[in-house]
Amino acid sequence: MNKHFGELHVLRDINLDVARGEVVVVIGPSGSGKSTLCRAINRLETIDDGQIMIDGEVLPAEGKALAKLRADVGMVFQSFNLFAHKSILENVTLGPIKVKGMKGGEAKELAMSLLKRVGVDNQAQKLPAQLSGGQQQRVAIARALAMKPKVMLFDEPTSALDPEMINEVLDSMVALAKEGMTMIVVTHEMGFARKAADRVVFMADGQIMEEATPESFFTNPQSDRAKDFLGKILSH
Amino acid sequence: MENYLSLFETYDVPAAFWVNIQLSFWAAIFALVIGTVLALFRISPIPSLQWFGAAYVNIFRNTPLTIILAFGFLGLFSVMQVSLAGDLNASLFRIAIVGLALYHAAFVCEAIRSGVNTVPLGQAEAARAIGLGFLPAARLVILPQAFRGAIAPLGNVLIALIKNSTVAAAGSVATESSSLMKTMIEFRSDLVIPIFLTFALGFVILVIPIGLLTTWASRKLAVAR
Repeated sequence: MNKHFGELHVLRDINLDVARGEVVVVIGPSGSGKSTLCRAINRLETIDDGQIMIDGEVLPAEGKALAKLRADVGMVFQSFNLFAHKSILENVTLGPIKVKGMKGGEAKELAMSLLKRVGVDNQAQKLPAQLSGGQQQRVAIARALAMKPKVMLFDEPTSALDPEMINEVLDSMVALAKEGMTMIVVTHEMGFARKAADRVVFMADGQIMEEATPESFFTNPQSDRAKDFLGKILSH
Repeated sequence: MENYLSLFETYDVPAAFWVNIQLSFWAAIFALVIGTVLALFRISPIPSLQWFGAAYVNIFRNTPLTIILAFGFLGLFSVMQVSLAGDLNASLFRIAIVGLALYHAAFVCEAIRSGVNTVPLGQAEAARAIGLGFLPAARLVILPQAFRGAIAPLGNVLIALIKNSTVAAAGSVATESSSLMKTMIEFRSDLVIPIFLTFALGFVILVIPIGLLTTWASRKLAVAR
């Protein structure tokens, strides 16, 4: 697939397959198009040509069909984007109740179990602004999981967090990966890539430059861009 | 002083203000409903609806209210024989409400749109990402936050609406306060200034609580981010 922002060709001939249960970590320098790729997968960004298929279904352009498919794709944003006027619990139950038509009691039970899983069940009645960034991001993960998605997209989930909160979010993500969730994670956290990824995708200038297992990517990168990138970030 | 007080025996000032309150009340409700729908049109992804919303706002916002209300009386009622009630006065009263509502709906729409601008784009993206369509996302996520961000501008529209309800005189609602003021000045030219001040004070008393209330509410209901 391809995408342009005006003159800028942000995604060039991207061709990526992710298997069920696979954890793909997308890394690369700023402006390489990795976030755009992530957002294109549930059509928060439109694409100019090509197609995106989820579980054998082509991602529709708009309307109810698109909404339905989006419900199957969990998304976690860099800036959390919890619904600011709703409590933590309501943030998680909104989708199941309004999109899936789940009963209130059942949705609440599901939400509480998910909040417990990410360790914020004791904050259920608070508003998002009353929580720390790390807690908010874990709620965002629970909110996405409540839709029982086929795949989870993470768009730089730890980039807006204070350093001491990064690990609590990564721990939740590692746990999720171990449970067999299909995940596409855009991140700068190389530790997470090493620990949880089945495959690392390195992007630069809107292209996929290299795909490899984390082991071989970090120890033996093939492309010059990847060597250069790793040299810059791993030198400290 | 005795002269002044005698005014209130001859003329029912509170009843005239009551007419303005009723006009404002109903017009405010209809304007809020129409304005919300227009705001939805303007933020919707459908170009023809966006166009309609923009056209409506630009036409009604830029037309003098006097002309809209005079058209309601002379155009709709007299020429086109549109009647909204069996009784003449009730019909004129309702036509004035419609005119006031249509006019102020344009301002309500813009106030709500300014409220929508206080809601970060990420809120809409998160709503879409869990599978909500445009209308559910607007109803459950965007508008509740937009209204809270729009309380102060909406209060300004309401204040303008209350004062503009006197323009219903142009639509031949002869029972409202500015019409009564005109009558009183005509018959009691000895008390022109006290009469003016009385009506001015009446509106100040009506409007001040609304300003206080909206300032309080916009603080109280502000969405913490």
